[in-house]
Amino acid sequence: MKLTLKSSPHHHNRRDTGQVMRLVIYACIPGIIAQTWYFGFGTLIQVFLAIVTAVVTETIILELRKKNTERVIKDYSAVLAALLLAISIPSFAPWWVIVIGTFFSIAIVKQLYGGLGYNMFNPAMGGYVMLLISFPMQMTSWLPPLSLAEQTHGFIDAVYMVFTGYTSTGFNIEQLRIGVDGVTMATPLDSVKTDLSQGFTLTEAYTNSIFSGIYGQGWAVVSLAYLLGGLMLIKTKVISWHIPGSMILAAVLFSGLFYLVQPDIYASPLFHLMNGSLIIGAFFIATDPVSGATTVKGRVIFGAAIGLWIIIIRVWGGYPDAVAFAVLIMNMAVPLIDYYTQPRTYGHKSS
Amino acid sequence: MYADYDEIIERISVQALWDFPGGVHPPQQKELSNTTPIETLPLPDMFYVPIKQHIGTGGQILVNEGDYVLKGQALSANDLALSVPVHAPTSGTVTNIGEHVSAHPSGIGELTICIKPDGLDKWTDLVPLKDYVNHPKHDLVNAICKAGISGLGGAGFPTHIKAGEHKDIEFLIINGVECEPYISSDDRLMREHAWQIRQGIDILVHLIKPKQVLVAIEDNKPEAIETLSVACQQQTKYQVVSIPTKYPAGGEKQLVQVLTSREIPTDGLPADVGCMMFNVGTCFAISDAIMEGKPLIERIVTLTGDAFDAPKNVWARLGTPISHLLSAGSYSTSKQESPRVIMGGPMMGFTVSSLQTPVVKITNCLLAPADKELPTPEDERACIRCSACAEACPASLLPQQLFWYSKAKEYDIAQEYNLFDCIECGACAYVCPSEIPLVHYYRKAKADIRIQQEEKEKAEKARIRFEARQERLLKEKLEREEKHRKAAEARKQSMNKDGGAAKDKIAAALARAKAKKEALAQQQGDNATVTNTEPQESTQTSGRARVESKAPSDKKDKVAAAIARAKAKKLAKSEAVSEDKKSDNEAVSQESNIVSSDRKKEDSAQGAAENAAVDSTVTTSSDSPEKKANDKKAKVAAAIAKAKAKKLEKAKMNEQDNTQANTQNESND
Repeated sequence: MKLTLKSSPHHHNRRDTGQVMRLVIYACIPGIIAQTWYFGFGTLIQVFLAIVTAVVTETIILELRKKNTERVIKDYSAVLAALLLAISIPSFAPWWVIVIGTFFSIAIVKQLYGGLGYNMFNPAMGGYVMLLISFPMQMTSWLPPLSLAEQTHGFIDAVYMVFTGYTSTGFNIEQLRIGVDGVTMATPLDSVKTDLSQGFTLTEAYTNSIFSGIYGQGWAVVSLAYLLGGLMLIKTKVISWHIPGSMILAAVLFSGLFYLVQPDIYASPLFHLMNGSLIIGAFFIATDPVSGATTVKGRVIFGAAIGLWIIIIRVWGGYPDAVAFAVLIMNMAVPLIDYYTQPRTYGHKSS
Repeated sequence: MYADYDEIIERISVQALWDFPGGVHPPQQKELSNTTPIETLPLPDMFYVPIKQHIGTGGQILVNEGDYVLKGQALSANDLALSVPVHAPTSGTVTNIGEHVSAHPSGIGELTICIKPDGLDKWTDLVPLKDYVNHPKHDLVNAICKAGISGLGGAGFPTHIKAGEHKDIEFLIINGVECEPYISSDDRLMREHAWQIRQGIDILVHLIKPKQVLVAIEDNKPEAIETLSVACQQQTKYQVVSIPTKYPAGGEKQLVQVLTSREIPTDGLPADVGCMMFNVGTCFAISDAIMEGKPLIERIVTLTGDAFDAPKNVWARLGTPISHLLSAGSYSTSKQESPRVIMGGPMMGFTVSSLQTPVVKITNCLLAPADKELPTPEDERACIRCSACAEACPASLLPQQLFWYSKAKEYDIAQEYNLFDCIECGACAYVCPSEIPLVHYYRKAKADIRIQQEEKEKAEKARIRFEARQERLLKEKLEREEKHRKAAEARKQSMNKDGGAAKDKIAAALARAKAKKEALAQQQGDNATVTNTEPQESTQTSGRARVESKAPSDKKDKVAAAIARAKAKKLAKSEAVSEDKKSDNEAVSQESNIVSSDRKKEDSAQGAAENAAVDSTVTTSSDSPEKKANDKKAKVAAAIAKAKAKKLEKAKMNEQDNTQANTQNESND
């Protein structure tokens, strides 16, 4: 009788890479629902376009690289990267924006570096930054929440908008961005940044109709929906608390410090948390294992540094939000962080 | 840094143990096999007893093919430092001693003694040491060694070496943790033989004299905890500790950490942190060896997995081929696409390559899983650096870094990441979402590094040898040159001085020595003549010959006689030559029998040549008239004779020159 020979361990817990990626995708669902609810069906169309582009791009490149395409596609990493990029861009951005961005994410940022596991930078954020720099107009044309918009738009409008630049009834993006008060609406972060630069105080900035209190309407709910998904990921041990925890804590502490000194000019920590993509960045973007730090101590440092960079760029930088920049900056520091944060091995005096 | 004795005792008494980092919780699956009593198996048709079943070296084999052996009879010796003997598992005949598939992942052939049982199962004489407290420690340690006991927990380290240590031990830890899923052999042993385990512990306590004994059992074995607690209740020093179930809590390093918070130094031993650990099975074997005198010839093996229709625990004699055990557990291959049998547990066990693989001292389990139960892993995917492995690692290593560097064969860096602190528990590979066989990579890296080191050492040795040789040759050359230089100088000096006092003295001394020697030679020559005439009595007459022919054999006598004859001949010859020479020299100078001993050989040659020359001249002169047809031959012979004569003449001239010089030197004195 010929016996099978295998190396130990013979036991394996049944959570493979595909499952891990799928769990992250599922955790995005509450946030996507909230985003669709507030900003229209454009988000779903972006997600759809991104996933198709990612799978096609990945397949072609894997074929060129003569890899086991089916097996690699099934790890869902390309789908996840596409999804994260799609939910980061304005919902009614033209179709070619997301297609170019996704192609760049998968082909350049991921596959050119050797594919899953070898990419130094977060693919979604690499694509996002490329788009933001190349197409600043399209990438900053966020719509107001539907409840505040002058024009309503449905699924068909979203499809038309993304593919033609006009809704079925002939409105263009600028018209859609006009709020009920007849003024083009910006994102909460954008609005505050502009107002502050024009010499207004924060209290005055919060009077903008996008705010209710200090929370941007719609935006705060979207953030909370992603927080829910993120907590689910921690609960199911897909991600550890170290990166999101230290990232949020660092952002809160750092912004809190300025807020305590000059609450008129510097926004409160809660404002920073609830607006923009800090939450989604903390739980879904910075936790990308491939481009993040791997040691426990390293993850704390990695997360904290991202939090710090976000506040620095938001407060002093030229862009209203900064998650993508902060993540990419820290991606570069990962090898260094990992090297200097090795844990002490059993039976050794110090690391 | 670490907790002290009192703190540890305090915390154990309130069940506030420490923890080790990482670890995993695979499904236990113990209930498959731990519910029924241990069964005894019928004898197999053939036993295959490998002589090395432990860490160390195999002992020298004490039996030959065809020998009849009794059950418990030692088959190999404990002659070397790290060797423990193996014993016949039953009475029978040794049919073969040779290579047999080994209980090792490679299945590579190993020196094995095959025994055909005679069915009588007759014990050899057993020597128990029931009153062991009255025996010296050395005797007990020796008895444990002679019983062939090595750690039954898995590593197989010779027990007598640990038990014979002279170190201060605070905690004697008895390991009944059995953290690997599926295995229940220690569980059943503790449930059914707690008393013998306790006896074994008593013996170890007598030998090691620890301050405290901790019997550690995972909390998934409440029955075992209960029975051992009862067995140990009279001993205040013994404490049964229930520890949380987490793999690999039963690893030596991890268990020490859980119980004492102490860490065994990376290049140290448990004794360095005041601990010593024995498996419960080892305690049982020690009890058997001391109280009954029985050597280690059987152990409990768990037969488990869904491919066994009747999973259970059995007493299996060492050397039983696993095919015998598989049939005992009603193994069927229907639930396996291709047959797969694992020796050991699902985390650290290895797949056996042959059904003839024997049960050895460390075989605690045979696991035959259904394909659904433990699917064979798919091909590995790319590492996504998720660090699940690092979170699972009980040694706080960075498995993925080790994996990168092992795979890339950057072994130096892998070692910087403490590759050799990996205990190969498999927790990392268990959790890896990309199903990378991490441990396999580490094993390969470790093996490669060991090979590299061995090669390096070999090369280093060769280099040292080569350099030493070069040095020696150079030294010799220099010495030779120095000698030549000195000799040349001496010659020059003597030529310049034309004879010095020192040289004269030497010459005089040489002359005296020569004279003495000749006298001796003459005397011996006389003796030899006697032996020559009476070879049978050579033993009595010749001193030297007597020594040589002390042996009674006829042949030797003859040889001695021949030697004696030869010696006699030689002596006679040399005497004759020296006589000749004497006369020669006398002709030149009255006192010139001064010939250096070095020249003696030359002299005898000269003598021989002289004789030959005389012979040949005689032959030529007498034969030439008769055989004119052989003119050519005669001419050649004549030429040779002439040449010889010339040579002889020349030699003689030299000789004379020398002697003349010598005599001149003497006269100058």
